[in-house]
Amino acid sequence: MTDKQLSEEGNNVPLTDNSLLVDISDALSEKDKVKFTVHTRTTMKVFQKSEFLVVRQHEEFIWLHDRYEEQQKYAGYIIPPPPPRPNFDASREKLQRLGEGEGTMTKEEFTKMKQELEAEYLATFKKTVAMHEVFLTRLASHSVFRDDSHLHVFLEYDQDLCARPKGKLQQLGGLVKSLGTTTDQYYLNATVRDVNDFFEQQMSSLTEYYNQLKEATTRTDKMTEKHKELADGFIKISGSLLPLANVDPGPLDKHLAKMADTFEKIRKLESRVACDQDLKLADTLRYYMRDSQAARALLVRRLKCLANYENANRTLEKARHRNKDIHAAETAQSAACEQFEAISAQAKEELLDFKTRRLHAFRKSLIELAELEIKHARTQQDQLKKSLTYLKELS
Amino acid sequence: MDSAGIESPPLFENVEINNGNENIAEEDLFVSAQQFPDSSTPLEQNSEPNNKVPLDITTLCLNEENTLETIPINSDALDINNSERMEIESGDQFIDISITESQKIGEGMSAYMAYKVTTKTNMQIFKNREFSALRRFSDFLGLHDKLTDKYLKIGRIIPPAPEKNVLGMTKIKMSNQHENGGGNGNEFVERRRASLERYLNRTAQHPVLVVDPDFREFLESETELPKATNTSALSGAGVMRLFNKVGETVNKITYKMDETDPWFEDKLIHIESLEAQLRKLHTNVENMVIYRRELANLTNGVSRSAAMLSACEDHNSLSKALSLLADTEEKVEALHLEQANTDFFILCEMLKDYLGLISAVRDAFHERTKLFQHWHHAQQMLAKKREVKTKFELACRNDKLDQAATEVLEWEAKVERGQENFDKISKMIKMEMERFEKCRIKDFKAMFIKYLENHLEHQAQLVKYWETFLPAAETIA
Repeated sequence: MTDKQLSEEGNNVPLTDNSLLVDISDALSEKDKVKFTVHTRTTMKVFQKSEFLVVRQHEEFIWLHDRYEEQQKYAGYIIPPPPPRPNFDASREKLQRLGEGEGTMTKEEFTKMKQELEAEYLATFKKTVAMHEVFLTRLASHSVFRDDSHLHVFLEYDQDLCARPKGKLQQLGGLVKSLGTTTDQYYLNATVRDVNDFFEQQMSSLTEYYNQLKEATTRTDKMTEKHKELADGFIKISGSLLPLANVDPGPLDKHLAKMADTFEKIRKLESRVACDQDLKLADTLRYYMRDSQAARALLVRRLKCLANYENANRTLEKARHRNKDIHAAETAQSAACEQFEAISAQAKEELLDFKTRRLHAFRKSLIELAELEIKHARTQQDQLKKSLTYLKELS
Repeated sequence: MDSAGIESPPLFENVEINNGNENIAEEDLFVSAQQFPDSSTPLEQNSEPNNKVPLDITTLCLNEENTLETIPINSDALDINNSERMEIESGDQFIDISITESQKIGEGMSAYMAYKVTTKTNMQIFKNREFSALRRFSDFLGLHDKLTDKYLKIGRIIPPAPEKNVLGMTKIKMSNQHENGGGNGNEFVERRRASLERYLNRTAQHPVLVVDPDFREFLESETELPKATNTSALSGAGVMRLFNKVGETVNKITYKMDETDPWFEDKLIHIESLEAQLRKLHTNVENMVIYRRELANLTNGVSRSAAMLSACEDHNSLSKALSLLADTEEKVEALHLEQANTDFFILCEMLKDYLGLISAVRDAFHERTKLFQHWHHAQQMLAKKREVKTKFELACRNDKLDQAATEVLEWEAKVERGQENFDKISKMIKMEMERFEKCRIKDFKAMFIKYLENHLEHQAQLVKYWETFLPAAETIA
C-alpha cells in the first residue's frame, strides 16, 4: 500500500514580510509508517533559505509537540493538540475480510467493494495528512510559537530528529505520561484550593465538555461507519437485481435493470452522505475534543503553578518564623506569585480564544454539514424522480 | 365446518349470480359443482347427476389407486375458465380484505391472537357488501390446508399461508399487554397482521379460490370456526404431515420424469433460476433492513450526544444550534426507521411472499409429476395384464381368460384416465402459470413504484429537516 498525495496550495499564497507558511506537499505511506514531506516558505531571517523541504514522520511531530509542552514559557498557552497516530488498521482489516469473502460474491460486487475500500483508505490517508498539516500551520501562524527554535529545527534540519525509538516501550511511556497528567489533575484538584472561581468553573466545565465531545465523537463515528455499511449493502442489492433481470426476460427485465441502476446511484449518494458526515461532524467534534484536552492541560499547568506559589508562601512563612533565609524565600515567593499571575492572565485570554476558535469551526462545519445533507438529499430526490418517471412510462 | 357449512346455502347465491352476472355464469357452475360434496358426505354425492365429473377433491384418499380414479378435473370448466378468469380480476368486481385489529385472547400458554378480518366487496356471491369476522392464526393455516387439499391436486397454485413462528408467538403470550389495539407497538404482531392480510388478498384475487365455500365461510361466518386440529406442529396430524412431506421430498428428488412438453421444461428452469436469484435478493434486502435499523439506533446516540453537548456548551448560540442538531438527528432517526419499514414491508416481505409462491408453483408442478407417474404405472400394469391375457390365450385357459380380459379392460380404462388426468393437469398448470406470471409482473411493477415513491418522500422530508436546521447553524456567532 503506497500512496502519494500532493497539494499545491502552499505555492500560491504571496509572501509578505516575516511570514512563515508551512504545508505538507507530499506524503508516502510505507508498511507501518507515513513519511510526510513538510514544505516551508518563509521570509523570516532565522532561516537560511526562503523555501525548503524536509521529510518527517509522525513521531517527530509528537516530539515537537512535547518540546512545546515542557517549556515553561509556553505554560500559559493552549498548545495545539498533536496529530493522531496514522492508523490504517481498520482499512487493512476490512480489505483482508473482503479477500476472505471473495468467493461469496460476484466479480462485479467484489470489484465495487474493493473500490470502496480503496477510496476509504485514501480518505483516511488524506485526513491523516491534513491533521498533521493543521498542527504545523497552527504553530506557524501563532505569534509566539512560530519563534520557537525547535520548530525551526523541525522545519529546516534535513536529517532525522532522533525522535524515533518508537517501539512498544515508547507507546507505553506515552500511556504512563497521560495517566500521570490525569492523576496530576485529580491530585491538584483535591489539594489546591483555587483562589479564582472563574478557573475552577472552567476546569469542571472543560472536563465535562471534553467527556461529552469524546462520547459524541465515538457515537458519530459509529453512525457514519454504519451508514457506510448500509451504502455498501446496496452494492449487493443491485448486484442481485441485475442477474434477476437476466433470468427473467420479458416484461420485467427493464424494470429490474432500472432498479439495479437506481440502487447503484443511491449507493453512491449515501456513501457521500456518510463521508461528509464524517468530515463535517465527526472530525470537528474530534478536533475540538483534542483541543479541549489541550485547554485542560493548560489549566492543569496553571494549577501546578498555583501549588508552587502556595508552597513558596509556606516556605516564606517558615523562613520568617525561623528568621532564616528570608530574603531567598521572599524572592522565590514573589517569583512564584508573578509566574502564577502571568499564567492566569494568559490562560484567561487563551480560553477566550479557544471559545472563538471553536465557535467559528462549529459554525463553519455545521453549515457545511446542513448544506451537504440538503444537496445530497436533493440529488437523490431527482434521481428517484427520474427512475419513477421511467418506470411509470414503461408500465 | 359441519354446522357452519350446512347453514350457508350456496345454491341460492349461485342462482343469483347466474341471473345477475352473465359473465361468470360458467364460472359459477364450476363453483356449484364443488359445493355439493362440501355440504354433506362427499363420496355419495359424487354420483349426483351433475352432468360433470364431481370436483370434490376432499374425497381423495391418500391411497394412490383411488386417487387416480377419482382425480376430479373438469375439462369443460378448464376451457371456459381460461377466458373468464382474467375478466374477474379486471372487471367491475372487487374484493378487498383488510385485517384491522388484533387482540390477545386468553392468558399464558393457551393465549392466542385473534385478528379482525374485514371484507369489502361487490361480488354477488357474498351476502353482504361489507362484513368482518374474528379469526385466529390457526384458522388461516386451516384455510390454507383445506384449499390445498382441494385444489393442489388439480394443479392450482395455492398462495401459501404465513409461517408459524413459535418463538415470536410465545413472546406475545408471555407479554402482559392485554389490549393491542391496531397491532401497533408490537412489531411481531404487525408483521404477522400484514402478512396475513396479504395472504387473504392474494387468495381472494384468484377467481376460483375466492368463491370457494371454505374461503367464503372464513370471511363471512360470524361464528368461530372449528379449531383446525392438524395445524399444530406437534399434533399427530402434524407429525403425519411431516412424514408425508419427507416422503414427497424423497420422491421429488428420486423420481425424474421424462419431460415431453418443452413448455414445462423451460418453465421449470425459469422458475428455478428465478427462485435462486430472488432468494439472494431477499437476503440482501433483509440485511439492508438490519443495517438501516442499526443506523437509526446509532443516529439516536448522536442525537443524545448533541443534546448533552448543548447542555454543557456555555456559548448561547452554539448551544442552541447543537440542541437543534439533536432535534434534527432525532427526526432523521425516525426517518431511517420509516425507511427501514418501507424496505421491509414493501420490498422484503413481498420478495418473501414470492419465494413462498414459487414453492407453491413447484408443488403444482410436482402434482403433475405424480400424475405422470401414475399414468406410467398404469401403462406398465396394462402391459403386464395384456401379457398375462396372451399367455392364457396361448395356453387355452379359458377359465382364467375372462378375468384377465376384464383386468385388461380395467387397466386400459385406467391408462386412459391417467393420460386424461395428466393432460388436464398440464393444461391447468399452464393456465395457472399464465395467471401467476401476470400477477407477478403486476405486483413487481407496483412494488418498485411504491418503493421509490416512499423513498422519494423520505428524501423530501430529509431536505426539510436540514433546511430547518441550517438557519440555526448560520446564527452561531
